[in-house]
Amino acid sequence: MGKRVGIVGVGQTHHASQRLDCSGVELIAEAVTRALDDAEVTLDDIDAIVIGNMDHFENINYVDTWATDGLGSCMKPVFKVTTGGTTGTTVAACAYYHAASGLFDTVMAVGWEKNSESDTQAAIATCANPVLERDPFAGAIGPLATEYSMYMEAYGATEEDSAIVAARDRNNAMNNIYAHNRMHVTVEDVLNSPMLSYPVKFLDMCPRSDGACAVIFASEEKAKKLVPKPAWVHASVVRHDYTHFGDLAWQWMPTLEMATLEAYKIAGITNPLKEFDVAELYLPCSTCGVKWMDSFYFCERGQAPKLIRSGATHMDGIMPINPSGGVIACNPIGATALLRVGEAAWQIMGKSGDRQIPNVKRTLSTGFGGCSWSDVMILGADLP
Amino acid sequence: MAGWKDEVEEIIYPGKICVPYSWTVGSTLSKWYVQLRDDGEIWANRCPSCGKVYVPPKIKCIECYKDMNDWIKLPGTGTVETYTVVHYNEPGLHPKKPPFVYGVIKMDGADTGLVHLIGGVDPDKVKVGMRVQAKMAKERDGHITDIKHFKPIA
Amino acid sequence: MERVAVIGVGQTKYSAGKRETFHELVFDVATKALKDAGISVKDIDNVVSVSSDFWDGRTISSMAISDASGAFGKDISTVEGDGTFGVLYGMMRILSGSFGTTMVVAHHKGTESNMNGITNTSFDPLVERKLGLDAVSSAALQARRYMTTSGGSEEQFAMVSVKNHGNAMNNPFAMLPMEITVEDVMASRMLATPLKKLDCSPVTDGAAAVVLAAERNAKKFTTNKKRVWLNGVGHCSDAYRLGDRDLADTRALKQAAKMAFDMAGVTRDDIDVAEVYDAFSYMEPLWLEGLGFCEDGMGPEMTERGTFNMDGALPVNPSGGRLSANPVQVAGLAAFIECVLQIRGEAGKRQVKKAEKALAQGINGMCGQSHCVWILGK
Repeated sequence: MGKRVGIVGVGQTHHASQRLDCSGVELIAEAVTRALDDAEVTLDDIDAIVIGNMDHFENINYVDTWATDGLGSCMKPVFKVTTGGTTGTTVAACAYYHAASGLFDTVMAVGWEKNSESDTQAAIATCANPVLERDPFAGAIGPLATEYSMYMEAYGATEEDSAIVAARDRNNAMNNIYAHNRMHVTVEDVLNSPMLSYPVKFLDMCPRSDGACAVIFASEEKAKKLVPKPAWVHASVVRHDYTHFGDLAWQWMPTLEMATLEAYKIAGITNPLKEFDVAELYLPCSTCGVKWMDSFYFCERGQAPKLIRSGATHMDGIMPINPSGGVIACNPIGATALLRVGEAAWQIMGKSGDRQIPNVKRTLSTGFGGCSWSDVMILGADLP
Repeated sequence: MAGWKDEVEEIIYPGKICVPYSWTVGSTLSKWYVQLRDDGEIWANRCPSCGKVYVPPKIKCIECYKDMNDWIKLPGTGTVETYTVVHYNEPGLHPKKPPFVYGVIKMDGADTGLVHLIGGVDPDKVKVGMRVQAKMAKERDGHITDIKHFKPIA
Repeated sequence: MERVAVIGVGQTKYSAGKRETFHELVFDVATKALKDAGISVKDIDNVVSVSSDFWDGRTISSMAISDASGAFGKDISTVEGDGTFGVLYGMMRILSGSFGTTMVVAHHKGTESNMNGITNTSFDPLVERKLGLDAVSSAALQARRYMTTSGGSEEQFAMVSVKNHGNAMNNPFAMLPMEITVEDVMASRMLATPLKKLDCSPVTDGAAAVVLAAERNAKKFTTNKKRVWLNGVGHCSDAYRLGDRDLADTRALKQAAKMAFDMAGVTRDDIDVAEVYDAFSYMEPLWLEGLGFCEDGMGPEMTERGTFNMDGALPVNPSGGRLSANPVQVAGLAAFIECVLQIRGEAGKRQVKKAEKALAQGINGMCGQSHCVWILGK
């Protein structure tokens, strides 16, 4: 059997719409340096590195070989993994498997993106099948808007429900010095913001950002030596099923349901809303923060609006979602999902500063991307 | 003293494949290119820990992972460590029509080599070990091509 | 540590201008690998795809092939790089205890892409790319440096090409089986000195897949005949810009090889056959030095002596090597698969007698910046 693994350090850059003060490698170096400091280790302690981003956003081939100067990977084992929007959790899972396999003790996962270097929607559009779907495909917003329209139709959810989620996440970001967008918003502000694609409005939608994140994983014995309170990995599950957008089941999210069910089973979670102390979820749009609640089994199907309106997921609720501000406040795509894992780890380690939730024992982190792909990682304060 | 980072001009490159790109050059290389563009000088930076000197400069020493704030002006001369005479056509990529020469020039005063063109000489006469010096382009705009090529020292 | 075995393999014939889509190629080899292992897609519990957004011209390139690789309802990830790194990840996932049977599948259609343009994007956009370097011109710089440090000659490198294309005559999967001479290589079109056309690998299309299984599953699913154990692996990357390192110094490969040999607990003499990454003729002797099969600088001379011929002390690239087929992301996986076939005794006319331990090597990046080394055995 493999080893148990814990997160011992996290570092992230100050994310922004454009980090014109630094090149891609400088951005990576900022996150790596901070993670090493957080774990109180040096590069000599790092046995292997894994990196991820989405190629077409920066147009750099073999990023694992390019990033050397920023990663500190000269004469170290390194390779790259990439899976679109889920890249960040893919990198996290990869580092976890490195350490769990017993081949490497201390492994650094790095996710990064410099979206300012390209036209994000044009690059994303290349994910669609060039023969069947690329021309009619409308970037990331269209599909998300479509799925929420169907949920509104089926269960009576409203634009106001998603606006509550948008306001929640954006206001949470005020406690996160690293977040890209930090602004006080009211539900009214969100409802009055310009319509992008019905029913998704400007303040409902995530930005694209420049940023990087580094998370250091260590196998059990090493982790215990390095830090007093590692964030132990309890489960890592991925379901990336759909290939064509036309294949999707729009009424619910099968990949998310399959991934969460499996992850909950592995981690022994039977009542997620009660048993998770905090959730850092990859919600690219506030509408996802309504509709997907069903697929997380936080509520019965169609009952998400009631859950959101109850305040259960706000900072003072029983299960705060996205104390960091989440994706709506900050989205350096290759890093975004890794930030969910890193932020959750900090919650357990007690390092979340102004956004710390008290007594965090179990956290849920997710990644989302591509064609309805779902990644789930559960962390815990105690060994699994 | 790291104060130069506050004063350095931030350079952005436009680049284009099928998705248009603009790469942020960052503080370290921006400083290098400003000196190349404005003064026609090639500088390097040095690690405070192991003393290794890098050109083009690096954001951190790749052996020690330390920040480097010592900048050194190089004489711009060097020795050809390796070269190749390119004969195939790739007009979308190549800066010149073949035959032309690429080389890795071990720069005097530095521990690394600089990849560039070797020119001002018959391609068939280029040899490993040849002593060369950088020839600056007349019009410079903060790109690697501000160095026109390396030519043999007379 | 529980052992991991390869229990099934599948590859397409490597050729140019394939009409099948990525999807079809992946489905073909995944199906072949499952059949070879004697299992169904239900027995696979996770998938590692090896895909490149650049060569596929598509962001999230693995999306195109995820269902074809058997990933529906399963955990899947994507390594972007050479297939050997994909196998490494597939093995780690099994060793972690989370999975028991991994499908690793790689695909590549070089002829659908602009090879030089794509390899150019591997270079630093801030200091190297604008010069127009690509895989060929940079390899030429490395070749000349290697000639300087080793004293090797173009004729000695040409011998590698002659050997490998000749070996490919016995490999039905190879793209360029050819009986050629050193004179043919020397007379072929000069691309960038000292590399001539026949010193360079071809632009190739193809796909390959392997099924890895934890020991308990390997024993459950298949017999000894089909099982090949993963004895050791190592990977390591050197500095990035061409001028940052001595291009003839194989220190990263040495480190990767050390990791693999230490893990496997074997010596160089124990290796019966090797598949190394000869994207260009000079690379074979250079990597053989880095792998420790000869002293630094001795690669070309030992090639000339015939040490690495099919009837030599250590047959290298019996498949014909990358010189005979180079479907980039697939290439290292093809080398790995050849090792599996050799150990199983399924290599037909190119079978190395009594092949019990084999070594496969894959590369990421330009001029062999990053390496992955595998040792496999009975």
